[in-house]
Amino acid sequence: MYSEIHTSTAAQTICLDELNPGEKGTIRQIKGTAGEEVHLMELGLLPGTSVVLIKRAPMGDPIEIRVRNYHLSIRCAEARSVMVERG
Amino acid sequence: MTGNEIVSETSTKTTAGEDILGRVEEMQRGLDGSYRDEIVEAIYQDAEAITRKVVRTSETASYPWDQKLDRIVTSRIWGLPFMALLLGVVFWITISGANVPSSLLAEGLFWLGARGVELFEWLGMPWWVTGFIWHGVYRGLAWVIAVMLPPMAIFFPIFTILEDLGYLPRVAFNVDALFKKAGAHGKQALTMSMGLGCNAAGVVACRVIDSPRERLIAILTNNFMPCNGRWPTLIILATLFVAAAFPPAFAAMAAAGSLVLIVLIGAATTLLVSAVLSRSFLRGEASSFTLELPPYRRPSILRVLYTSLIDRTIFVLWRAVVMAVPAGGVIWLLSNIHAGGQSLTVWVSQWLEPVGRAIGLDGVILLAYIIAIPANEIVVPTIIMAYTGAGMMIELDTMAELQHLLVNQQGWTLLTAVCLMLFSLLHNPCSTTMWTVYRETKSVKWTVVSGLMPLAIAFLLLFIVAQTAYWVMGLAGW
Repeated sequence: MYSEIHTSTAAQTICLDELNPGEKGTIRQIKGTAGEEVHLMELGLLPGTSVVLIKRAPMGDPIEIRVRNYHLSIRCAEARSVMVERG
Repeated sequence: MTGNEIVSETSTKTTAGEDILGRVEEMQRGLDGSYRDEIVEAIYQDAEAITRKVVRTSETASYPWDQKLDRIVTSRIWGLPFMALLLGVVFWITISGANVPSSLLAEGLFWLGARGVELFEWLGMPWWVTGFIWHGVYRGLAWVIAVMLPPMAIFFPIFTILEDLGYLPRVAFNVDALFKKAGAHGKQALTMSMGLGCNAAGVVACRVIDSPRERLIAILTNNFMPCNGRWPTLIILATLFVAAAFPPAFAAMAAAGSLVLIVLIGAATTLLVSAVLSRSFLRGEASSFTLELPPYRRPSILRVLYTSLIDRTIFVLWRAVVMAVPAGGVIWLLSNIHAGGQSLTVWVSQWLEPVGRAIGLDGVILLAYIIAIPANEIVVPTIIMAYTGAGMMIELDTMAELQHLLVNQQGWTLLTAVCLMLFSLLHNPCSTTMWTVYRETKSVKWTVVSGLMPLAIAFLLLFIVAQTAYWVMGLAGW
């Protein structure tokens, strides 16, 4: 089911940290090594989940996102493993 | 693959096990890549269904004041200055609030001590029993309680309120970029905040960092946050040498400002040492930083009082008392055992004098730091005792008397004060903290490093500061 979405919308996905503050996105794919992927999924970041980028920290990194009704802070390096589609 | 190898290595006979592993592998190959996503998603859906059933939430999920507060606290421009300002306000409240109760406590406890001496004299006790008990042990105890209890009873509740409010994770969020550059973990900011109260507690708090490499960096550098035992020394110096240079109305503010500066120097040292460690002995990639930012909550008064007064204040005070009792006795003995016409205190401090002078201090201060290895709280009373040669921790009623002793009689300068504040910030951790490092790392090597590394850094920096100052003063013809 998800693989279908990957092929049809691959061109429009961006990294999670490329969203603008206040912008909403829907997760399409988690990349990275198996360990990183599991870690992000444990936090509730799964394909199909919607996320909002709330803001960036004073020095640009990390970012604050809202996912599954809670606020989470992750570093940009990890956010780059999360591919999202705007909206 | 590895599974198959292990199975074939350990026992070739278990063909049944091999069969099963082979089947598993075959089936995994048949699945498409998203099967794990589907499993996790199903788990999440179940969990969310259960949550909906059992947890009731008010519909207004986010409060406007919540977001407004967050906008300031983690603002790109104001986030970091706000942190420094908040720290300054906390110190200011602590210093100005602790002043009166501290002197009242000192007065009361020393009055009680004088009655104790009278009682022992009336009972006809030998002079050395009276001296050891009341002038040594009791005075050490009285000083530690009078100096430490009021600031802790103010500092810890404020700190617990900030913790309860949900501010500390925002601090970690604000400064993580610095820690990332240093190859360390953003949660180290949390363990450093704990260290401001007590380094032993800060070292234990390093358990929140998962990566062993980053956890060890956090443990080894926690000492660079001045703990409660070092606050009295820093506060006294800030009051005597910094606040005295300002009009009375601004004195407490100036003292608080200089303490913020000390903490910032400590934070800079922490980052620098972390960066060096993560590029040399503890090389490695920065691991992930994920931290939940909880909604701001109204602190629960009862919980704040319980946590800060019972768990923290009483715990830290009790530890200080246990350490101060033998230290007070040791000071009294050193000052009252004479050899070759002078007391042991004088012998040792004379021997340490050249080392002390080279780093802007003197022999007496170094001796006080050796005696204070179990508890940094007693550094100032030990210095006073050695200077006055009274063989007891004398009471100095006012700051003016203390200033007279240090500046006019012992020749302390601004340089002495600056060097002593830096030494207090950077020197080796107390014995409790080092014992905690051993318990947490189970390594003698890292425990020794945690003690010697800060000491070496302190000596090196003070040597540079003092020699530069002597050189400049020489040029200026002072």
